[in-house]
Amino acid sequence: MDSRFDSPDAVRSRLREVDYLSDDAIAGVVFLADRLGKPILVEGPAGTGKTQLAKSVAEILGARLIRLQCYEGLDESKALYEWNYKKQLLRIQAERNNESTWEDIETDIFSDEFLLTRPLLEAIRSDDPVVLLIDEVDRVEIETEALLLEILSDYQVSIPELGTITAKQIPMVFLTSNNTRELSEALKRRCLFLHIDYPDMEREKEIVLTRVPEITDNLADQVTRIVRSIRQMELKKSPSVSETIDWARTLLMLGVESITEADAIDTLNILLKYQSDITRATKELSADTTQRRPGVPRTS
Amino acid sequence: MTIAEPSQSSMLDLLTGFIVELRAAGLPVSLSENLDAMNAITHIPIEDRNAFKYALAATLVKNNAHWRAFETVFEVYFSLRGPAYSLGGGDEPLDLADDDTAANPEAAGAGSGGGGGEALTPEQMAEMLFKALQQGDDAMLRALARQAVTRYAGMEPGRPVGGTYYLYRTLRNLDLDNVLEKLMSEAKDQAPAPLTPLEERLEQDEFQSRVDKLKQEIESEIRRRLVADRGVEAMAKTLRKPLPEDVDFMHASRDELMGLRKAIYPLTRKLAVRLARKRRHGRKGPLDFRNTVRHSLSYGGVPADPKFRYPRPAKPEIFVIADISGSVAAFARFTLQLVHAISGQFSRVRSFVFIDGIDEVTRFFEGVEDISHAIHRVNTEADVVWVDGHSDYGHAFEVFWEKYGREISPKTTVLILGDARNNYHSSQAWVIKEIRKKARHVYWLNPEPKAYWDTGDSIVGEYGAHCDGTYECRNLRQLEKFVEVLE
Repeated sequence: MDSRFDSPDAVRSRLREVDYLSDDAIAGVVFLADRLGKPILVEGPAGTGKTQLAKSVAEILGARLIRLQCYEGLDESKALYEWNYKKQLLRIQAERNNESTWEDIETDIFSDEFLLTRPLLEAIRSDDPVVLLIDEVDRVEIETEALLLEILSDYQVSIPELGTITAKQIPMVFLTSNNTRELSEALKRRCLFLHIDYPDMEREKEIVLTRVPEITDNLADQVTRIVRSIRQMELKKSPSVSETIDWARTLLMLGVESITEADAIDTLNILLKYQSDITRATKELSADTTQRRPGVPRTS
Repeated sequence: MTIAEPSQSSMLDLLTGFIVELRAAGLPVSLSENLDAMNAITHIPIEDRNAFKYALAATLVKNNAHWRAFETVFEVYFSLRGPAYSLGGGDEPLDLADDDTAANPEAAGAGSGGGGGEALTPEQMAEMLFKALQQGDDAMLRALARQAVTRYAGMEPGRPVGGTYYLYRTLRNLDLDNVLEKLMSEAKDQAPAPLTPLEERLEQDEFQSRVDKLKQEIESEIRRRLVADRGVEAMAKTLRKPLPEDVDFMHASRDELMGLRKAIYPLTRKLAVRLARKRRHGRKGPLDFRNTVRHSLSYGGVPADPKFRYPRPAKPEIFVIADISGSVAAFARFTLQLVHAISGQFSRVRSFVFIDGIDEVTRFFEGVEDISHAIHRVNTEADVVWVDGHSDYGHAFEVFWEKYGREISPKTTVLILGDARNNYHSSQAWVIKEIRKKARHVYWLNPEPKAYWDTGDSIVGEYGAHCDGTYECRNLRQLEKFVEVLE
């Protein structure tokens, strides 16, 4: 199989061309996934660019992105394939007057023409390059996960009536998870694991500068430093990268050149989505730094 | 795949030892993952240490909570090696990844600059450190970390002391708290206008992160030298740390407690989802007669497809009675936090805390979004001391029975948390017996290892006789398992 990338650095620079700033881990794992022909399981807090990674990889490969959004109750007929039952019925009725045998009809109605492909099968059968994104895989029940196993390890789908359909080319596969439940060992074993965390300050600043081109260097610097400070607090939900970007845009629109305490507190609701978090951050941002440590629990 | 080539056999040995150690540290590494890792490293340039690390991580570590354990083991097995790190000029059996001179010439330049600094006085060194921290000069910091370890740690070959001892000695000499303060006051002086609290906070965060980086450098420097001195296996064993879910509540260090607090929120979310799913699935409500008849019409009046009512299982009401005296405070804290965070899964949660007196603390949790704040109030405001502030389960239970006993109903599940170390007071176990008669279930969660139960002043057996179950709950894993079966 031809490999798509020459080195981890090549992945990194090509991702940068489409405005996705990766780091060593991301580039390394994408590179390996291509070489080993394995899916990537991407985990991490919401809004750190898990789904965007799949989109960006599709973009640099010039591949079509096929997306399967997972939800509770997802089943075979929505994920893999389904027989077009109504069309089959029509076919049988149309056949009534003719003299065709039972076998003829049977082979006929269980053929490609009556097969409705769903995302997973579509990704396998596609002739042109595709990137398959299985989004929020932790939302399906643990039993449904088994549906994915065959396709993830062997890149094939078995349809009892048709036989096994094998992939013409091995697609890049990304699975994302918000970690609301532990995924099964069987699934994890088949994937490379990539945890995308909040980026460090330099990378986040770069991201802000790329995504909000009109922003000044100084403001971007301030934005990321305040966000880092907020992430260190004990919050229900820390600000995500996309929220950082939104915040930077807002400040820009408000014509802020240098963030003061009041600016920060007034616009906190863009970064934080829980009232208790906002209250806490407001208190801490305006509090004196000397008394930042919370009290220790009493012992007896 | 040609992993058995002679040139790679030493690599293979090292990797095998590495994986054995990962398993010993508690990471579940399967055989196929092992093969994947071996396969993966044939694809990456071996001199690229970062790529090597991520290749191993992606194939071997499938849970982010295990990352720290992985990093420690990785550093021990594949840390920078070379003559510069040996303590007593000992030989160097492994030559996997070179000294960072090759990988990072810039750092090497700075390193030799620092190396020439043997003659520096401590004052000069402190001055250099201060400058490096102020300017955030990473290469310089690395060189200084190395210097500081050479100078202050006092490491001797073969001395059987743990790494923390050397770390403590080095840090004590550097006095980083003072340096941080000096950095802050300098920053304040240099600023054109007085700093606002926000700016001050940001400055401090910046310096703090640099100081943390320095500490990490020092720590890994010490680790490297210890590995060079004692060999890989011995070091890996001494550095082995429990995974967050295995940390013992009663003996957790401050760092570990921080880790636990971070781990508990995602855990509650997970549990809530799981409990809600369990409630929805796996049970069917009673037969819905009308619906079944209506659907039978399409089968010519045959009820072929029975319909059931939407299941509405009763949610239990939970009473948590927790001992919050010093020895078990951390355990009580985590359990209260966990139970309240998933309170949506119960019809009501009421909490009581005691030491030798007992107080209801439900009010602290009501309408509060921030549970850790509520816990803090429980710890500071609840009225739990009756005589001397030593645990007295008997008295606490007696008062509980008097005050709240009649509010226990057949829907109530009672959880009692504590080590049952009663300081030789009378047990009043009859209260538990009475509670059990009225309640749906009574469970006792004990944070002590089972082997210690009923030794000394522990009388958990006496109480346990009247409970539906007594459980050992020493870590998050056990706690999670218990909550999942709770009903």
